[in-house]
Amino acid sequence: MRRSALALTVLALVTLPYWIGGPYYTNIASQILIWAIFALGLNVLVGYGGLVSLGHAGLFGTASYAAAWLVAAGAGQLAGGLGALALTLLMSALYAALALRATGIGFLMITLALGQILWGIAYRWISLTNGDNGINLSTRPMPLGWSLATPGAFYIATLVVFGLAVSAMASFVASPFGASLRGTRDQPRRMTALGYDVWLIRFLAFLFSGFWTGIAGLLFCYYNQFVSPHLVALSSSAEVLLMVISGGSGTLLGPIAGAALVVIMKNVASAYIERWNLVLGAIFVAIIVLMPEGLVPGSQRIWRWAWRVRDLPTAEIAR
Amino acid sequence: MIALEARALSKSFGGLRVSADVSFAIEAGERRLIIGPNGAGKTTLFNLITGELKPDSGSVHLFGRDITAVPSMRRAHHGLARTYQIITLFPKDTLLHNVTLALLGASPLRWNPMVRLANQLAVLRQAREALTRVGLGNLADRPLGETSYGERRRVEIAMALAQRPKVLLLDEPLAGLSIPERHEVRDLLLAIPRDTTIVMIEHDMDVALDFAERITLLHFGEVIVEGTRAEVVGDPRTREVYLGA
Repeated sequence: MRRSALALTVLALVTLPYWIGGPYYTNIASQILIWAIFALGLNVLVGYGGLVSLGHAGLFGTASYAAAWLVAAGAGQLAGGLGALALTLLMSALYAALALRATGIGFLMITLALGQILWGIAYRWISLTNGDNGINLSTRPMPLGWSLATPGAFYIATLVVFGLAVSAMASFVASPFGASLRGTRDQPRRMTALGYDVWLIRFLAFLFSGFWTGIAGLLFCYYNQFVSPHLVALSSSAEVLLMVISGGSGTLLGPIAGAALVVIMKNVASAYIERWNLVLGAIFVAIIVLMPEGLVPGSQRIWRWAWRVRDLPTAEIAR
Repeated sequence: MIALEARALSKSFGGLRVSADVSFAIEAGERRLIIGPNGAGKTTLFNLITGELKPDSGSVHLFGRDITAVPSMRRAHHGLARTYQIITLFPKDTLLHNVTLALLGASPLRWNPMVRLANQLAVLRQAREALTRVGLGNLADRPLGETSYGERRRVEIAMALAQRPKVLLLDEPLAGLSIPERHEVRDLLLAIPRDTTIVMIEHDMDVALDFAERITLLHFGEVIVEGTRAEVVGDPRTREVYLGA
């Protein structure tokens, strides 16, 4: 049952460019996948580590900018991509070293401040980042000679990376290290007494989160073939955090559902309703009120409840 | 051989001295009871021993080795385990997972992000054994949040024992338990082999006095009396500060 549902989902995702009805929608699907990878990366910290970062767009932007900058400087796509990932990991280590001096609100404020510094660099250090004008990426990379120029091909490549991200997350969560991380979220003091190095566990989790954030940033750069300060802004950090929380932090499917919700609202609903932000806000309020644990766990709860009610004898309900 | 030794441990919070020149030595295999009125500095003393608090002065020695500078998380690897007066467990997880976390804390497996924890059969079997030892084997797969207070106290002990500690610190293991539950926990503690040294803070004199060979009485952070059961109980200062007239 579970296996066939998974197979059907994979089949539907792989054939999506053929049934979705046009390259415009294929592109939106690519965007959802990219933001889903980003949200999955952030979810490592928010959901499993209990560490709410409000500066992750800085890491996302570091990868995007570094790739565009390196390729524009003539480094070649492979070197550009790997260099961008290495720089993002380095930046994640710096973020972690500074932000892990605190937890809770302190952690949030430090990541927020770091994100704002990177936004300032993107926006104001014009000789490096070209400021408001951003940097163009002349072409998308061609992994193994495979052109990603068409929306369909780019979507499939993104889907492959997305698949890797999901399976990496699934095995991370089920691993002993994943259990260690969740333990530091729930009882850090107890974990220390049990012999766990809480700081180092959080630090490594931050690197893992930063790695997938960097992967998403790279894909976003390839997708748009353009980077601008907008993607490093606080609003991006807040948006991805909303995806994680509205979908259900600490679950595998939650961040994906959250990413789909936000990207669809942004692109599809905005075609019909000018004030789509208002609609998105109303949806978030509804989620918080009706399913404070997020869309995915909330729906599961309501689903289970509905089945229980259905299975009850009629007299039981009447009473 | 001395298992655990404190030398002139002092700790102040602002102007309040919660540990004042506390010194004691506990033989390997000994059962030591620490008593004293509320606020005497008993739990603080445990926190100084485990490294959760840093002493202002003085030192802690485990089997002759000075561990004062050893970080808290490494002391567990040197054979020191504790339970908490206020239960600090993982309420959303099963009893099995709680004990598994204790086992992983002592194993390099805790760093492994590649394998499935559910496939680590050796660890899971040990965790089940530890739960069976405290009489909770049949509840292993129940979420901790759905168990009783007395059961949680026993999970605390199972977690500490699972780490096979050389020195076990028990902070009020009987607090909040009913009389039958107290007897169950007492039997459980009596069954711990002598290669584990036990230091216990406890107010229940009926159970604790039977259990302990030597007693240390703390008052305002100072050691007032120390000696065998009979010596401490018979001492007039014990009556004055603790047992009451």
